[in-house]
Amino acid sequence: MTALAVPARKAGVGLTGTTSLLRLAARRDRVLVPVSAFGLAAFVALSAKATFALFPDLASAQQGMASTLANPALVAMYGPISSLSIDSIATLKSVLLGGVFLALLAYVVVRRHTRTEEEAGRLELLGAGVVGRRAALTAAVLLGTAAVLLTVVLTVVWSIAVGLDPAGSVALGVSWLVMGLSWVGVTAVAAQLTSSTRGTAAWSLGALAVAFLVRAVGDTAGGDSPARFLSWLSPLGWGVKVSPYGENRYWVAVLGLALYAALVAAAFVLLDRRDLGSGVLPSRAGHDRSPVRTAGALTRRLARGTLVGWVVAYAVLGVVLGSIAGSVETFVDSPEVADMLRAMGGDAGSITDIYFSTELHFAAIGASALAIALVTRMHTEETTTRLESLLATPVRRTGWALGHIVIAVVASAVVMLVSVVVAGLVHGADVGDVGGTVGRLVGAALSTLPAVWVVLAVAVLLYGALPRFTGLAWAALIVFLLLGEFGDLLDLPGWLVDLSPFTHLPALPGGTVGAAPLVGLTLVAAALSAAGVAALRRRDIG
Amino acid sequence: MTSAIQVHDLRKTFGHTVALDGLDLDVATGEIHGFLGPNGAGKSTTIRILLGLLRADGGSATLLGGDPWHEVETLHRRLAYVPGDVALWPNLTGGEVIDILARLRGGVDEKRRASMLERFDLDPTKKGRSYSKGNRQKVALVAALSSDVELLLLDEPTSGLDPLMEAVFRDVVHEFRQGGGTVLLSSHILSEVEQVCDRVSIIRAGVNVESGTLTDLRHLSRTTVRATLARPVDPALLTGLPGVGDVVVSGDRVTCTVGGDDLGRLLEVLGTHGITALTSAPPTLEELFMDQYRTTSTATS
Repeated sequence: MTALAVPARKAGVGLTGTTSLLRLAARRDRVLVPVSAFGLAAFVALSAKATFALFPDLASAQQGMASTLANPALVAMYGPISSLSIDSIATLKSVLLGGVFLALLAYVVVRRHTRTEEEAGRLELLGAGVVGRRAALTAAVLLGTAAVLLTVVLTVVWSIAVGLDPAGSVALGVSWLVMGLSWVGVTAVAAQLTSSTRGTAAWSLGALAVAFLVRAVGDTAGGDSPARFLSWLSPLGWGVKVSPYGENRYWVAVLGLALYAALVAAAFVLLDRRDLGSGVLPSRAGHDRSPVRTAGALTRRLARGTLVGWVVAYAVLGVVLGSIAGSVETFVDSPEVADMLRAMGGDAGSITDIYFSTELHFAAIGASALAIALVTRMHTEETTTRLESLLATPVRRTGWALGHIVIAVVASAVVMLVSVVVAGLVHGADVGDVGGTVGRLVGAALSTLPAVWVVLAVAVLLYGALPRFTGLAWAALIVFLLLGEFGDLLDLPGWLVDLSPFTHLPALPGGTVGAAPLVGLTLVAAALSAAGVAALRRRDIG
Repeated sequence: MTSAIQVHDLRKTFGHTVALDGLDLDVATGEIHGFLGPNGAGKSTTIRILLGLLRADGGSATLLGGDPWHEVETLHRRLAYVPGDVALWPNLTGGEVIDILARLRGGVDEKRRASMLERFDLDPTKKGRSYSKGNRQKVALVAALSSDVELLLLDEPTSGLDPLMEAVFRDVVHEFRQGGGTVLLSSHILSEVEQVCDRVSIIRAGVNVESGTLTDLRHLSRTTVRATLARPVDPALLTGLPGVGDVVVSGDRVTCTVGGDDLGRLLEVLGTHGITALTSAPPTLEELFMDQYRTTSTATS
């Protein structure tokens, strides 16, 4: 794409056509945005309602949730609880998690209408019409902002309707506004920096992961540790600091709005300084020769960048997990809570073991996301017609698909192992038993892999049999996550909760392992993958 | 004469759309075969069935003596394919893609690779995302021509190339044929087909409507004759001649069309009236093409 650097006409502001682009974008997202907004609002309202139904009074709620309140693993995941009110207990899990989902929605919407369009060349088509240079970015930012506002308003109204404190519900809205708008800004900037959709994803999601980890460290730091300040450096930390149903710090909105304004302004400055189709970061010249000899080697070569990013991210996660582990024992000072935690873990593990077990199950969900991303690349290869060029060589479909499956299996195992080895080194040095800690954590990490394989196999089956619905693999992962998180709370039937492969994982380290569930998961994964590959062999390509 | 590609009564439907409706195609070994047809005629569908990407619903297709659906591995070592819209991996360079595709096919002919890069004037160090349409096309062409194959399947391979590069392409394809190779060239650029191809097949709505050498096809089609005569001629005399039609006489000028086989007889008759000026235009491929479309569209409607 040769981008002619035609300077924006001095006369206009480059916004011509924004309305039509916005209308087009809104039309394309007419399902995604309302359904997501509704889903997120329902997530808050229904889980709050379920909590009210579960606990007849405040005392029983406090007692019932004591383990949760005291477990740093959960504090790392959900943020500290705002207060000991029943409203606060009822929304503990939804404030931060929902905010992260909202940030993801903002990211998806903004990316879709900026860099994705540009990479596909459609923006060029539109840009050749009567559309100003800044119109596409403006439309994307407006639509992202509208999606965030819609979700926030719906959530606040529904929360008040189910009986949550109105002032606190508004604060919840402020919290989500801060997190959602921040990623409208982050994604707008990322789309200008890089010249590919994947690069935009890496920057935006990388920023989300860093923001999450930074506030996890801050939120779990001890009472007078200077690390507590870290939570104020992360937009996700701000979301938690709003403290809905507790202190209701509305003023934190100022931080979020300021960041949003600054990032959007920066995105427009960057936009004015680059050519259509390119990024601010230059696309460098590369090698003129390639050592790749097989389709598998090509798949590995193409996955390299993603894999490096994930290994780094999981190593950082390992450091965070390992350092938090040290404070777990001190977090839980009352023997009653310790007993309860043990009861929850089911086995006679230590509290630190239960902490690691909980976190590793979350890490496994992340590794499943990596596996889906790598497997669904097959679909991308097919829709871009690059697969056609490959299959016109002696490469066989089955071999090509197996190459992707192997990479996904290996990559998910590698990131899990990297995180536990790092966590084991950090925590092991803390307690003076590096070898033992690393060994136990490696075993625990390996025990989560069969669940990852099942998710991976669902993606393979979808791609092989119903390629148009490959994206549903992501929906399956989210459903598994929600079943695990809210299955008990919403009192869902056991068979439904059991659909999630993660339900069947042993509580390791510390717990006992039965071979049956792990073998069962592995067999299910093998059967689904085989069915997917068999379907791919028989169907038309393209 | 052996056939590199033999397709008989090939059928393929996508949902309710009939893409191929009993297509026949015969490409002889060692020839450059033009594959012509309007958009949606089924050219790409045929090529994709020949590549084993699509499974035919009916009929038979034989490629280099093998079954394109089952013998992918052995057949694909012997052929190369260039699509009309080349998609490259955004973070691999053109040089890397050329190496990868050629190696997967069985090996890179280093001398050919270097000479093709030079002739097509392609910079192999640029990343896939930064190539223009024409340059992406060149990457696929160089990749196809850098390995040692006997058959080229080219699906509108020159879309986006400038005229200079089209000329290079024509030379390269000729050389390939001189080396014993066979080419199936689907194209919209009629002048290209006219200059390059030994035989052509014109397909429409999934059916082969005409196959043959250009000379054959010209015979089937009508030549336009314009003459100025010394002595006026009776239009009825001309209309009565075999193979002559569209007769218009105005004063001393005569215009009519005639089938290839009846041209001589027409000229004899015109000669008796004293020809003072004569033009005879054999149909261009474009006229053949249009002619086929018109006749078949009236035949089917």
